[in-house]
Amino acid sequence: MASFDYDLVVLGAGPGGYVAAIRAAQLGLKAAVVEKDRPGGVCLNIGCIPSKALIHDAELVRSAAELGELGAKVDLSSLDYAKAYARSRKAADTLSKGVVYLLKKNKIELVAGEGTIRSPHEIAVKGGRTLTGKNLLIATGSRPRAIPGFEFDEKTILSSNGALMLQKLPRRVGILGGGAIGVEFAHVMNAFGVEVHLVEMLEQLLPLEDAEAVEVLARSFKKRGIALYTGTKASGYTRSGSALKLALEGKEGGKELEVDQILVVVGRAPNTEGIGLESIGLKTERGFIPVGDYGQTAVAGVYAIGDVVATPMLAHVASKEGEIAAEHMAGRKPHPRLDLNAVPGAVYCEPQLASFGYTEKKAREAGLSFDKASLPYRAAGKSVAVGKTEGLVKILVDKETREILGAHVVGAEATELVHELLLAKSAELLPEDVATMIHAHPTLSEAVMEAARLVEGWAIAI
Amino acid sequence: MAEPVLMLALSPTMEEGTITRWHKKEGEAIAQGDLLCEVETDKAAMEYESVNQGTLLAILVPAGGRAAVGAPIAVVGKPGEDVGAFWARAQESAAAPAASAAPAPTGPKGATPAVRADAVSRAGAVSPPSSGLRRIKASPLARRLARERRLDLGRIAGSGPGGRVVKHDLAATRTLPSGGVKPGLLPGAAAPKGEAAPLLQDQRIPLSGKRKVIAQRLAESKFSAPHYYLKIDVDAGRFLEARERLNARLGEEARISVNALLLKIAAEALKRHPIVNSGWRGDHILAYARADIGLAVAQEDGLITPVVRDCGAKGVLAIERELGELIARARVNRLKPEEYTGATFTITNLGSYGILSFTAIINPPGSAILAVGRIRRVPVAEEGDRLAVRPQMILTLSCDHRVVDGAVGAAFLKDLKALIEDPIDALYTLNL
Repeated sequence: MASFDYDLVVLGAGPGGYVAAIRAAQLGLKAAVVEKDRPGGVCLNIGCIPSKALIHDAELVRSAAELGELGAKVDLSSLDYAKAYARSRKAADTLSKGVVYLLKKNKIELVAGEGTIRSPHEIAVKGGRTLTGKNLLIATGSRPRAIPGFEFDEKTILSSNGALMLQKLPRRVGILGGGAIGVEFAHVMNAFGVEVHLVEMLEQLLPLEDAEAVEVLARSFKKRGIALYTGTKASGYTRSGSALKLALEGKEGGKELEVDQILVVVGRAPNTEGIGLESIGLKTERGFIPVGDYGQTAVAGVYAIGDVVATPMLAHVASKEGEIAAEHMAGRKPHPRLDLNAVPGAVYCEPQLASFGYTEKKAREAGLSFDKASLPYRAAGKSVAVGKTEGLVKILVDKETREILGAHVVGAEATELVHELLLAKSAELLPEDVATMIHAHPTLSEAVMEAARLVEGWAIAI
Repeated sequence: MAEPVLMLALSPTMEEGTITRWHKKEGEAIAQGDLLCEVETDKAAMEYESVNQGTLLAILVPAGGRAAVGAPIAVVGKPGEDVGAFWARAQESAAAPAASAAPAPTGPKGATPAVRADAVSRAGAVSPPSSGLRRIKASPLARRLARERRLDLGRIAGSGPGGRVVKHDLAATRTLPSGGVKPGLLPGAAAPKGEAAPLLQDQRIPLSGKRKVIAQRLAESKFSAPHYYLKIDVDAGRFLEARERLNARLGEEARISVNALLLKIAAEALKRHPIVNSGWRGDHILAYARADIGLAVAQEDGLITPVVRDCGAKGVLAIERELGELIARARVNRLKPEEYTGATFTITNLGSYGILSFTAIINPPGSAILAVGRIRRVPVAEEGDRLAVRPQMILTLSCDHRVVDGAVGAAFLKDLKALIEDPIDALYTLNL
């Protein structure tokens, strides 16, 4: 039997790749990770983490107005976005170093350089050595998807990468794409005083989320002056001096906006080209690598996880898939496949929106017989006390079995609150278990309890 | 290989029986259908006819002893086989009477006895599911689903954290091949609901005592009695009119059903054709003195034929009241054996399902059964080829040719048709 340098060689040190390597090391496998950029991947460096830093700062700025209600005069005239940018970079750097530390702690070799698959057991690092592994794991992630006519130059036509690296915000921005990324940028830029135009081709912002929850968010956005264009397509732009004229086509005909920059956030494309898939005969489907329950590809010993496979493109999905693949390689029998109905989605603007499982529309389309309850945040006293009454907790439950089918929380701390219901879902608790558990008063979590009571028909606070 | 003889449910409600007398001795050869022993339940004494074949190797429950349905009472096999293991199991099941009420092993004749013995040992050895003797780890959803589908959580291997039974495991109990986890169907479990997890593999449904009785009796009837069928169409106009008039006269007091009126009219027709109201007895034919007419009633888990005794001597109102009371109890399985056995003639009516006509299997000890289709309005050619729309129904009589010859059956059916089409004659003698 051939001998290899490693039990596992991972291509890509993002939240999928580095987690898989650590899990493999915990299970006694010798692992190496090849990364051409900074460890931590898009998530840490140019995605989730720096954007959350900016969102936090945006909230600070928005809170300044509240201080005014207390008679304090807050002078925002010296507000400098470059400082916020610097803070976001610092957070990213700290965590990227954290990944390096974790890899080292687990005795995983981090190889810097661009790796290419040469055979089912070999990854060649550009200008360097070739690593051999009993198993290979493809975790190369994704990149911003461009649309024709709006090619990124990262100066006037920005991807999320360019937008996160801005040190100065434009006066006016057109954001193409009303998904999670677009909504988060709209929120941040609006808070820092940018005139924001948010354009979504489908009829609803956050098209995959529950309509009732999204409505709460859309109302809030409109109230603070974010211009929303749903059911609208951006057909092109022209330059006019230093400004851009963005052409829109909506149901009511054409429209032209004048903006200074255009941010294109219409989705992400898997990084499956130029990594040597052809050298091992691995085919992709619409760019994604087909895999089995444990991430096994069609080539024995080669696994793929995260954004390069056709599951939701979320950091926490990649991490979980990394764990599953590593356990499978180590001969463990991990719980097969993800339960996609128990994968949380989170949007970190204000109000936050977090959810899992069926939306009302999907449940209807699936022909499920279900009960639903939507509890306004206002029913929890805490929300009134802290001035965060905007929001609701919505639960969908199977009419017969009372199984939790989905939950949608929109409002303050929604991305944290959703986990109580998600734990209930994954542990197969019933709404009555949540409804009868004593929740501390006053908390926003009481809204979760009341929603569970409401779906069981005995809400007390409304 | 030796196999156990199990206590059978000799009536639908029987849970336990006392063996009052053994008709076979240890070492004696027995054939299927042989009278093996007599069993007394809280309601009646009944004869246990053997469904096993071979030599009676051991009697596990002697005369005077009690046994739960599904528990072994004897062992049948080849002479000289070891029966020690069966004694041990018999003791176990005596120690856990609740558990021994598990479904009786009911493999087809070819099933390996090992499986049957295993089923008995499970029935005896596994502690009762909800007795609280041992804690079962299961998610709240799994518990709820198990309750709804009547699955025994104690027999399902859990794959959740800490060996907890989760929803996924319940679906898996049906799809695992035999030899893995066995489906934990509780005794008397109804067939799982249609909306439950898709059935990916064939499923073994244990036979209830009732299902066994139905299978045995109907197969015996169909395969021993040479059936033939007579079909006739009947104009139900005056029959319906008569029923309406009766009901108008009764007002709030009662409502005569189509079936009660059919029982009454059939009894009148049987009076005129006593041979149709007779039974084959092997060496003689028994002509019954009374018309005890059974009516087939569907139940959730089978069917039963409550019997109205001596319909010829009863008024239609008395028949209606008796029938209504019997049907109500039949639906909830609360009939005594003497209330659903010994019909000299039977009626089965699928008209309410929209069935036009059908042929039924004779219900012994009778020799004929009348299958009634729905009443529907059809165009008929009347005198002078004039078209008229009339309410019609199709009656199909199944007869045992050993007793009722074709012409005899036909004559009965012709008279029955006449009485239905002009019920005045029959009603005149009804003692209303």
